[in-house]
Amino acid sequence: MSDFKTARDFGRFKIIEITRAAKAAHLASALSCYDMIYYLYNHYMKINAIDDPKRDRFILSKGHAAAALYVSMYQASLLSAEELNSFGSIGSILEEHPSPKLNGIETASGSLGHGLAVAVGMALANKNKNIKNNNIVLMGDGEQNEGSVWEAALFASANSLDNLTGIIDYNKWQATDRSNEVLALNPLSSKWESFGWQSLEINGHDLNAFRDALNFKATGKPKIIVSHTIKGKGISFMEDDNNWHYRLPNEEEMLVIARELNQ
Amino acid sequence: MRNAFAKEVTELAKDNTKIVLLAGDIGNRLFDRFKEQSPQRFYNCGIAEAAMTGIAAGMATAGYTPITYTITPFNTLRCLEQIKLDICYPNLPVTIVGTGAGLSYAGLGATHHSLDDIGVMRTLPNLQILVPGDAIEVSACLRAAVESGRPTYIRLGKKGEPIIHDKDFTYKIGRVIPIKSGARHLIISVGNMLGESMVAVEKAKDKYGLDTEIVSMGSVYPLDKKFLKNAFNKFERILIVEEHGFVGGAGSAVLEYAYEEKLDTKKLTSIACAKSFLSGVGSQENARRKLGLDSDSILAKLTI
Repeated sequence: MSDFKTARDFGRFKIIEITRAAKAAHLASALSCYDMIYYLYNHYMKINAIDDPKRDRFILSKGHAAAALYVSMYQASLLSAEELNSFGSIGSILEEHPSPKLNGIETASGSLGHGLAVAVGMALANKNKNIKNNNIVLMGDGEQNEGSVWEAALFASANSLDNLTGIIDYNKWQATDRSNEVLALNPLSSKWESFGWQSLEINGHDLNAFRDALNFKATGKPKIIVSHTIKGKGISFMEDDNNWHYRLPNEEEMLVIARELNQ
Repeated sequence: MRNAFAKEVTELAKDNTKIVLLAGDIGNRLFDRFKEQSPQRFYNCGIAEAAMTGIAAGMATAGYTPITYTITPFNTLRCLEQIKLDICYPNLPVTIVGTGAGLSYAGLGATHHSLDDIGVMRTLPNLQILVPGDAIEVSACLRAAVESGRPTYIRLGKKGEPIIHDKDFTYKIGRVIPIKSGARHLIISVGNMLGESMVAVEKAKDKYGLDTEIVSMGSVYPLDKKFLKNAFNKFERILIVEEHGFVGGAGSAVLEYAYEEKLDTKKLTSIACAKSFLSGVGSQENARRKLGLDSDSILAKLTI
């Protein structure tokens, strides 16, 4: 499989451009999970129409990475260039956290710990209706702090929701500190196993590994993909530097970024 | 009221296959008939109200009409942000049912009292708030909520409240429910205070020959503005009786409306609970007496 490098370089540059134009935060958070969201929208999920009841469903539960979602949707022709470029501007429906008022957004996210339960509800409903779709939710590692994540996790395994896939963007950082130091996150994969989920651990920037994990059939139980990622992935001076949770690049840094991303 | 809820939700779910009932590990045997009739549409979500609320929202986005059910404080304040963001923000057809509101569970202590739910829920955009006064009103409100296809909170008492209506009726959300017409004085009874308010009205007639009008409020949001506007013209005194704190409660909602419309707020009397954590109140009956919510206290306010 091609690793879609050209498309991903373009997408990363777009994320940085629109985030910078909007003077928005969370650039590094978006770059961390962008590869997976790009792959989901452009090479994996089946969305014939955004209101098709049989569509695959995706929730970006770590809503602060909205720029990665919008760029991926744009690349999948679910958003126009004009819409994408309006990100964060006055009157735009593309806010810094996804709004349910935007077509194609399945639920409001931004307050952490909400997305999994909503995805569980979708998976349960679709299972009852015998709709054979994928119900996918991407969470942050910091988001695993929220108790509501674990409430929903227990319900999903109790109800054998094998049409539900959780993804954790495990970049080892939360807003102000290392995610394994703030709370006792490790061992994350076996925590999910002990909650009754099938757990798979991959490099979240390796799209072949991601594809295989998505295709893995976990019979009778929900599946979690613990994806090891790098915050700020793709830009040499941003990678694993948590300052870019809030910072934006200046003109000089933009020249380096353009060069590194072949733009 | 809770038995009426169980009966009505079972009836509704018979024909309406979109209805799913999500319960927070409560109602032992209460939903046996529902489970027997629609086993694929009942879920015990465990003691996990935040998840239950999010799951309801997810099911609603996939075409279901979910109803969540547990004890009032746990189905409102405990999962407030899920109600706000998962249900109200996308304006989804989920009905949140809180049982044992107010001082229904007086003896269980302050953890189980709910004297703040209306006030808190009233701050959420898109959320209808219904306060049925007896078992018949419970059925009517539930049907109206499901029919509306909008986020709705229904505040129930417990079981065994006196039945005031003699027959079933169709409820229109945003309207008061007329009980008995009268002159000079009006009582707006909120939810489970209807029985007590009725006794006060009867005592007022027997003791003082007063012909008091009484309505069951039915809906705190939206308010029946037309009725209220007329009421401020027609009556000398308007009493709002609620087993809820004054701050943010139904009386406060009417006061806000009267203020906006520059109506004569001097006509208003709120009979509500003081802001405190109650302890040692024992029964609901005793708690009402202590807080001035019993029929004699209502009567006293009516005849001042």
